Amino acid sequence: MTARETILEAVRRAQPEAMPLPALEGDWIRYDDPVAQFCAVLEAIGSRAVVVGSIEAAQATLEALPEYEAAQRVFSAVEGIGRTTLDANAVATPHELASLEVAILPGELAVAENGAVWVTDLGLRHRVTPFICELLVLVVPKHAMVHTMHEAYQRISAPRRPDGSPAFGVFIAGPSKTADIEQSLVIGAHGPKESLVLLTE
Amino acid sequence: MSHATAAAEFVADVDRARWHDRALWFVRSKRDKCAQQLPEWEALRERASLVKQHTASRMAEYLEEFERNAVALGAVVHWARDAAEHNAIVYGLLKERGIQRVVKSKSMLTEECGLNPLLESKGLEVVDTDLGEWIVQLRHEHPSHIVMPAIHVKKQEVGELFHEKLGTTAGSTDEKYLVGAARAELRSKFLAGTAGITGVNFAIAETGGFVVCTNEGNADLGASLPALHIASMGIEKLIPRMADLGVFLRLLARSATGQPITTYSSHFHGPKPGGELHIVLVDNGRSKLLANEELRRSLNCIRCGACMNTCPVYRRSGGHSYGVTVPGPIGSVLYPARDMQAHKSLPDACSLCGSCTDVCPVKIPLHHQLLAWRKTLVKAKVTPWHMRAAMSVVGGVMARPWLFRLGGKLGRFALRWSPRWLTYNGLNPWGAQREMPPAAKQTFSKLYDDGIGHGSARMDGIDKDQNKLD
Repeated sequence: MTARETILEAVRRAQPEAMPLPALEGDWIRYDDPVAQFCAVLEAIGSRAVVVGSIEAAQATLEALPEYEAAQRVFSAVEGIGRTTLDANAVATPHELASLEVAILPGELAVAENGAVWVTDLGLRHRVTPFICELLVLVVPKHAMVHTMHEAYQRISAPRRPDGSPAFGVFIAGPSKTADIEQSLVIGAHGPKESLVLLTE
Repeated sequence: MSHATAAAEFVADVDRARWHDRALWFVRSKRDKCAQQLPEWEALRERASLVKQHTASRMAEYLEEFERNAVALGAVVHWARDAAEHNAIVYGLLKERGIQRVVKSKSMLTEECGLNPLLESKGLEVVDTDLGEWIVQLRHEHPSHIVMPAIHVKKQEVGELFHEKLGTTAGSTDEKYLVGAARAELRSKFLAGTAGITGVNFAIAETGGFVVCTNEGNADLGASLPALHIASMGIEKLIPRMADLGVFLRLLARSATGQPITTYSSHFHGPKPGGELHIVLVDNGRSKLLANEELRRSLNCIRCGACMNTCPVYRRSGGHSYGVTVPGPIGSVLYPARDMQAHKSLPDACSLCGSCTDVCPVKIPLHHQLLAWRKTLVKAKVTPWHMRAAMSVVGGVMARPWLFRLGGKLGRFALRWSPRWLTYNGLNPWGAQREMPPAAKQTFSKLYDDGIGHGSARMDGIDKDQNKLD
């Protein structure tokens, strides 16, 4: 018998009596002001969200960041926000992005309860892009704010490319961090040292 | 070595044991704060438990569904009955491709299987990229906690370690500086790696995808730079629907570290364009646990570590004293199922306070399972003979009220009047680190007869000073 057959048979023999599959609905929390809640959570986890009224305002917020102003290698996948000086979609290998300083990427939705933003690699040649840069800027329409993760999963599914091939998706909440040395929080473990969410009207 | 013997070494350093206890309690307190912000916390735990129990009841079907969907997405699915098969599959994949350098993100399953020593014995370079796990790897140790692998290491020791291995400034203990040095070193490892190995937090039957959660972003750098990604998962990681993640991702990080969610919750569906994805499904004793009615629910575990952080025994004895990959209450339930003889002392590393059961996000009845283990071990005569003998004596006394009363009288007399050496000697391990409480003036039975539990008379007759707990 193959390992597959052995395992499946052992599992089948061991399975308890069938239990029903619970519903997805529940009496989950709703925030009076989800945008304010989102901003507060992000602040608490070492990041920041700014509500911007227009593309111009978004651009101005970005330019006010010294890390952005000083950066030599920037990639923007968001029309009208930021300037691209290193086109992450033009390089052949993900390793060539090792020196990428800033990535400006679109987020599909934002979650008020935990500050997470759903980001996919649709439109990205290299899925490493949001993880390898030093400063990550996510641009999310303000109306794409949901209260909880339950609501988020009602809106998203396993992402697919236009040709039907599978894509990658990730919830990102704040910058990369670690507390592995004596529980002291240090921002900027392996991924971005800083993150910013721009909530557009 | 028994847990008590190994723990004696740890508690001998009083300051370190106290520091360890406080560090873990800090994390437990953060968990409480985070959980209390959600009015539906208990409903979430209940829901998670029911989803896991449902999945267990149809696990074979879900495994097949997961495989079918994962293969349709372009992944290759492997099955491993035990640790040796898992390691052979992973090594085979690396060898076929001539891979020499592997970057790993934290995976308790590969720890459980002993993957690193095998790959290293074949001459491969394996780098654990979770900072805590890298620290213990450089120290040639094992993780002492499943979420915070280096929770037992002080920053002075990290400073010395990095000075020796990375050339950081001697004597520097600044966390930011040390993390920066690790980041630079591990960045070069990420870029040089030709295969990435990750664990799996949740595997979705309905889509064939899986989710990996980290704060550092190491799983993503590790899996997204090289062409080959190998993901190892225990078969109990399955959940039926993608939307079930709504429940589990809300519970996981809040329970683990008191964060609303981990920084990255990555959903892998199929290989990256031009890359390869291999998923190894591992049994290694899990189907045996599934067959055990009493212990089955331990397969609910999502490896958050909350039961460790809250456990008064774990906090004071350190993770290494358990001698297993997954320590603490959940480990003490899991490991005797693998080898009763080798891990017989673990169910005794518990005061039955029940705190683990209270915090468990998937409602595993941990302390009930530990008690069940003790019974099993006594029945199987695995518990040492002197403990079994003592228990049968106690059992005999408890069954005879007159003997119990007599024993009480003798005990009160002896505690008061016998010379110190008679109470505190090698035959009484309780006396090794504690003073016995002074004998009460009156028995509980007498107090009860006199009206304890009947309102204001409750404390009458009790000498409060004499009976207070230290």
